[in-house]
Amino acid sequence: MAKSPLVNQTIPISGMHCASCAATIEKVLKKAPGVISASVNYATEKATVEYDSQITHPQKLSSVINHLGYKALISQSLSETDLQQGAKDAEIANLKKKLIVSSIFAALLLWGSFVTKMNFLIQLLLASIVQFWAGGDFYKTTWASLKNRAANMDTLIALGTTVAYGYSALVAFKIIPGEPYFDTAATIIALIILGKWLEARARGKTSEAIRRLIQLQPKTARVIRGGEDLDVPIDQVRVGDKLRLRPGEKVPVDGIVESGETSIDESMVTGESIPVYKHEQDTVIGATLNTSGSIIIRATQVGSTTMLAQIIKLVEAAQASRAPIQKLVDTISGYFVPAVLMLAVATFAGWYVAAGFLPAMLNTVAVLIIACPCALGLATPTALVVGTGLAAQKGILIKDAQALEIAYKVNHVVFDKTGTLTQGKPVVTDIVGGQKVLQIAASLERNSEHPLAQAIVEAAGKAAVKLLDVTKFVSLTGRGVKGTIGKIEYTLGNPGLFTGIPAEVAKLENQGKTVVMIGTDKKAIGTIAIADTLRQTAAAAIKLLHQQKIETSLITGDNLRTARAIAKTVGIDRFFAQVLPADKEKSIRQLQSEGKIVAMVGDGVNDAPALSAANIGLAMASGTDVAIEAAGITLVNKDLTSIAIALKLSRVTLRTIKSNLFWAFIYNVVLIPAAALGLLNPILAAGAMAFSSVSVVTNSLLLKRTRFE
Amino acid sequence: MSIDKWIVLIGSVGLIGVIYWFFLGKKEKILKISTDIKITVSGGYSPDSVTVPVGKPVKLTLIRTDPTNCLEEFVIPDLKIKKTLPLNTSVTVTFTVTSPGRYGFHCGMNMYHGQITAR
Repeated sequence: MAKSPLVNQTIPISGMHCASCAATIEKVLKKAPGVISASVNYATEKATVEYDSQITHPQKLSSVINHLGYKALISQSLSETDLQQGAKDAEIANLKKKLIVSSIFAALLLWGSFVTKMNFLIQLLLASIVQFWAGGDFYKTTWASLKNRAANMDTLIALGTTVAYGYSALVAFKIIPGEPYFDTAATIIALIILGKWLEARARGKTSEAIRRLIQLQPKTARVIRGGEDLDVPIDQVRVGDKLRLRPGEKVPVDGIVESGETSIDESMVTGESIPVYKHEQDTVIGATLNTSGSIIIRATQVGSTTMLAQIIKLVEAAQASRAPIQKLVDTISGYFVPAVLMLAVATFAGWYVAAGFLPAMLNTVAVLIIACPCALGLATPTALVVGTGLAAQKGILIKDAQALEIAYKVNHVVFDKTGTLTQGKPVVTDIVGGQKVLQIAASLERNSEHPLAQAIVEAAGKAAVKLLDVTKFVSLTGRGVKGTIGKIEYTLGNPGLFTGIPAEVAKLENQGKTVVMIGTDKKAIGTIAIADTLRQTAAAAIKLLHQQKIETSLITGDNLRTARAIAKTVGIDRFFAQVLPADKEKSIRQLQSEGKIVAMVGDGVNDAPALSAANIGLAMASGTDVAIEAAGITLVNKDLTSIAIALKLSRVTLRTIKSNLFWAFIYNVVLIPAAALGLLNPILAAGAMAFSSVSVVTNSLLLKRTRFE
Repeated sequence: MSIDKWIVLIGSVGLIGVIYWFFLGKKEKILKISTDIKITVSGGYSPDSVTVPVGKPVKLTLIRTDPTNCLEEFVIPDLKIKKTLPLNTSVTVTFTVTSPGRYGFHCGMNMYHGQITAR
């Protein structure tokens, strides 16, 4: 075997509290089978292990470490999410515990002050537990924030409840006369923790889609090395490795089928619902499911360059992006808490002067408690995360929040013809002028990469026509080619290059076929018609867009008649014919000058300028490359009906963002002044506050119920 | 109006001034350009203002020691970076800023802020 089986691996470890922990781990690791050397650094919290990859692997090593009671954080990309999930679960469990205790104590305090007269000192004891144990995190955060001269919601809660608790404590110790408000302080904390608990649970659900994508990543692969099948961790698969796949197994990485044939279910990655038949030389996508046959594949993309890894990266980036609609929130968020603090002070002063201490205190507490900056902060990101996650599950990758906001306004969709509306594999359908015409045409086109040229060469190959040598070859960009065979100069290209066009050309073009003519010195000697199969979903996709009141256009290099015939077949409203590739963006600009918000659908390679010129570009991904720079939205499922779904999803997501922002603003704008004017009891304020951010998150989660028929 | 009311009134005006100064009168600290930055996340970000070079990869290490769930997400919207920060675990972000300017960062709820200046 060429590759050395010795591997050097760094394993981050958490849970070490001292240098002797490091020594223990090191000692045990060194004794583990297959380990050549090991050193554990307490300061960096990492173990460096050299081991024989034929005997052991990182998973085994990490279980050795985990057995000792520490946590090995191996293979960051995979376990990072598990780790975060673990931390999240622990946090939710902790909140639940605090919620139960504080609810019971708050209920006892309410009973003790309204029903029976509970001893003030017992009340003090119960309230103190709620205040400093259940509410302890509010103080921790507040203190840390004040050190940075910053503040957040927790600061307001800590301050508000401390005022109520502090006053009550003075009453309990008989320093001042009156009735304590321990029940108020404890109930506020119980309600806020209830809100936090519900919110934490709901927020976990918003990122379900991306978590599911991450969990799709296979963990091991069966590599064929030295004639033997070897199960190795996924991060050890290299480009060029041959991998064996049996029915029912996941494709470990992106690759090409070397031998065998099978059907592969790609729905989990591309959203394509029907299993795809694959044979030799076909591309397979990592994390998809091999359903029927046994195949051997050669790895072409591994690690962070696989399609799934790219999709995850793209979705994560989109979820982190800034939504222009959120600008106002960004601006006010820095002033929100200080402004509420100032308003609370003003409320106290006003009520003190007008009505005395007690109403002043209660209304100040209400102002501090009611303000909910979190609802504002959560309004946009939660909807964005749910919306982009939902899209990704359907094979629609939205680049960023800005793309979403433009897609929401689109009222005109332009389709490129070749490769977008059609399958991009044109075939010769008619030849007028016999074999000789095909022979000359194929000879002229043999070196061209143009899909039409390839169709002609393919047809010649099938008819076993011998190709001739061409000299003085010239390409007439976008129109055709010229070249000399023998001593005669031939021109091949669109009918516009010739005079005296025969009647059959019009007939063929009316059938939606592309016609090329061959001739000498402008005189035609033959005609070849080429047609490209329309995608099955083309007509349905246009119909869906029309149902959404979105207009459609076709853009093509074909002439008027061909374009019209195709537009008619699929039901497209308008068409731009005889557009040279470089002029596609001009057609887009023309539509824009008519006031249309244009989405351009293309293949992302040849159409890049047009995609960029449009208000938003939608690219059909080809192969496993999904990061298409010019596109705001990438369709990995190659299904044209997802255009309508993408646009609809953008609209509902943006609608959710808007309604979230509206309610979050209205909530604060109406209820904060209401509290300042003494219209809100502090406990009611806490109730409203607890449910405001939960309702924003829940509203975002409702996006999952969108129907797309 | 009795004397205590006057005291409360005047005291409140003073306190409002103090709140304004304390939270909004912060002066920005100028730090030297660095490609290896550590930020402690506890009641905000310290430091909350960092300077990085344009065109060079920057390693940003974050460690959250504050339990509030407000701070559990770290976002640099303009660089499309979002990271979840598990409590007491350091998380590293690497990025390269391609054009000079200010790139704000904030927590998942947009409550705590800081900024990266690229020059």
